[in-house]
Amino acid sequence: MAKITIDNEVVEVPDGTTILAAARRAGIKIPTLCYLEDVQAIGACRVCMVEVEGARTLVASCVAPVSDGMVVHTNSKKARAARKMVVELLLSDHTGDCQVCDRNDDCELQALARDLGIRDITYQGEKSRRLVDDSTPALVRDSAKCVLCRRCVTVCADTQSVGGIFPQGRGFETVIGPAFAGELDDIVCVQCGQCAAVCPVGAISERDQVQEVWAALDDPTKTVVVQTAPAIRAALGECFGLEPGTLVTGRMVTALRRLGFHAVFDTNFAADLTIMEEGNELLTRLKKALTGEGDVALPMFTSCSPGWIKYIEYFYPDMLNNLSTCKSPQQMFGAIAKTYYAQKIGKKPEDMIVVSIMPCTAKKYEAQRPEMRDSGVQDVDYVLTTRELGRMITEAGIDFVNLPDGKQDSPIGLGSGAADIFANTGGVMEAALRTAWEVVTGQELPFDNLHVTPVAGLDGIKEASATFTNCLPEWSFLEGVTAKVAVAHGLGNARRLIEKIRAGEASYHFIEIMTCPGGCIGGGGQPRMTTNAIRKKRIEAIYKEDEGKALRKSHKNPEILQVYEEFLGAPLGELSHKLLHTKYTPRTKV
Amino acid sequence: MVDKAQCCCSTEEATEEELLSRLDEVIAEYKGKPGALIPVLQMAQAIFGYLPESALKKVALGLDKSYSEVAGVVSFYAFFSTNPKGRQTIRVCLGTACYVRGGKQVLEALKSKLKIEVGEATPDRELSLEVARCFGACGLAPTMSIGEEVYKRVRPAKVGEIIEEYYKNNVSVKGAAV
Repeated sequence: MAKITIDNEVVEVPDGTTILAAARRAGIKIPTLCYLEDVQAIGACRVCMVEVEGARTLVASCVAPVSDGMVVHTNSKKARAARKMVVELLLSDHTGDCQVCDRNDDCELQALARDLGIRDITYQGEKSRRLVDDSTPALVRDSAKCVLCRRCVTVCADTQSVGGIFPQGRGFETVIGPAFAGELDDIVCVQCGQCAAVCPVGAISERDQVQEVWAALDDPTKTVVVQTAPAIRAALGECFGLEPGTLVTGRMVTALRRLGFHAVFDTNFAADLTIMEEGNELLTRLKKALTGEGDVALPMFTSCSPGWIKYIEYFYPDMLNNLSTCKSPQQMFGAIAKTYYAQKIGKKPEDMIVVSIMPCTAKKYEAQRPEMRDSGVQDVDYVLTTRELGRMITEAGIDFVNLPDGKQDSPIGLGSGAADIFANTGGVMEAALRTAWEVVTGQELPFDNLHVTPVAGLDGIKEASATFTNCLPEWSFLEGVTAKVAVAHGLGNARRLIEKIRAGEASYHFIEIMTCPGGCIGGGGQPRMTTNAIRKKRIEAIYKEDEGKALRKSHKNPEILQVYEEFLGAPLGELSHKLLHTKYTPRTKV
Repeated sequence: MVDKAQCCCSTEEATEEELLSRLDEVIAEYKGKPGALIPVLQMAQAIFGYLPESALKKVALGLDKSYSEVAGVVSFYAFFSTNPKGRQTIRVCLGTACYVRGGKQVLEALKSKLKIEVGEATPDRELSLEVARCFGACGLAPTMSIGEEVYKRVRPAKVGEIIEEYYKNNVSVKGAAV
């Protein structure tokens, strides 16, 4: 333990604690910019500099460890002046079009300038060159707003194990970006948007499609329907100042209706549909493997998360047969909306517009994949992130917080509790097991309150196993078989898990991968900043939503039974294969 | 692809495949060793004379590094060049004396004559263009050099003649770039 004095407060902290962490423990706020809890502490921006008695220079408190007897001044004249100078220098090379920036009022640099009382930018001179990269459907980068904090670099290389963006060039010429300051479309970018999620300023954001959606709503010849991903309801409230973890399902539905959507549906319906298809696909693969009827790839990976799909296409193209052929719920919804639902309301697919509200930037990319046109036109037209929907609701002048609750439309708007939990890591696995177990044994999944707790929570890689007993006659080949499953979230964890499997150190039957840390609730399109504390609150909210429902299993969803009876036939049937399943593309990583 | 008939020095030069296979040997030797990237890049530059995209992608794959990270290292160090070098280098002095006597205009004239920027080479890989800091001939400013030969009191309008003269004396292949 080390005893140190910060601004005349004595704090005792374990050895190795940084000055910043010690100060926070003492309730003393040191301003930071490049630092991001649980992600990065590199002392790059120098905003967190403090004066340490006896030290030759000011030190960056986010990286400097404490030592016993240390005396720190966070607000000495020297520290205040240095901090102010650093922020002024950053501002002098920053395009400060704050009024029209999508980070207006949500920008860490703007907040720092305000908090430090900066009223004038005394440094004038040459500005860094501006490179705007809108090469992908998901993200837009603007180097003129970049403060070179490197959060995006760290999250892309370390958390996601992608390594798409690094500092290019040196000194004043430095640009954070893809190889040779090129474009995201030319490199291994999976478009997950975790870079945008951690960016403190407006240098990386989602590619905004709000105007396109307004135009669709204004077009009297189009029927515009909307789906909302499971993770939106636990985060959208944060755009309006509500506590993280506030469930706003009903208010969200009302807001969408007031925006003018003709029907408000739910991606949760399609998540239940995914379980029907993917669960049956898994059981079919297991049957072939165990009875020796055919050559199948195991483990089977989930395929709901488009960042993960692009990742495996780039980095493990030899394992594409292990991916479930199921489309993601977003795309299943689009295909069903423009066929089954379109027929029901007597519309042609080309006269319908399907809008998705997603916690995700990669979904914008997924919607534009050439495979995703099985209705004859693009199945999902526009994808808005949670943040974009928040802005749209604000623009419409809707008082979101005080809205009455609404209810989704039928017949493709009902979701089970199993679909709700698609929003967080471990949720797709739990939802699949709730159905698969019951199909095979006729019994309910033997976990307390149906929760597969070993695969829940924020550990990076999680495992569970269960042995099938008392199988129904047609599933007798599974009798006594121990099903082994694993769950990983964050692509870095996915890579670690795959490397373990490839090294022969582990083997599983079924694996859930979610691209973003915490799953979709921590997606690249969610309200900023998503910390682990906020992830936990959103996850709690999602489980609460699930537990509050009588309908908690996908195969019991009456609207799912209806769509099979009226339209699809059976899971894995011919029409299902055409509309609900897809193919993947091997890609190279350089 | 380099058209051999157009390349004045192709008779002694190894093909790109041969160069890439030499790079493979280097990568095999360094693979898995910590801190391998910079030495491998140095050797790659020694093999190719510069760092072409094909070599950089091979290095990234071979050392299991992200291409953007490799590019970041290459663009950080002035030593590394992603532009091919010409057989000879033109250096334009921008030291103080040459600068005030019109070195900058000489450089501009060369850029427009050769249609290349500083650091680049002509498409026939005959000439590279670089900037120099004082040849020690300030009394003869502005100066430039091609290879070992120094040109004194260069006038921008005469730059074209110098280049044409150089090609006449040094490059026999017809239909060269200039």
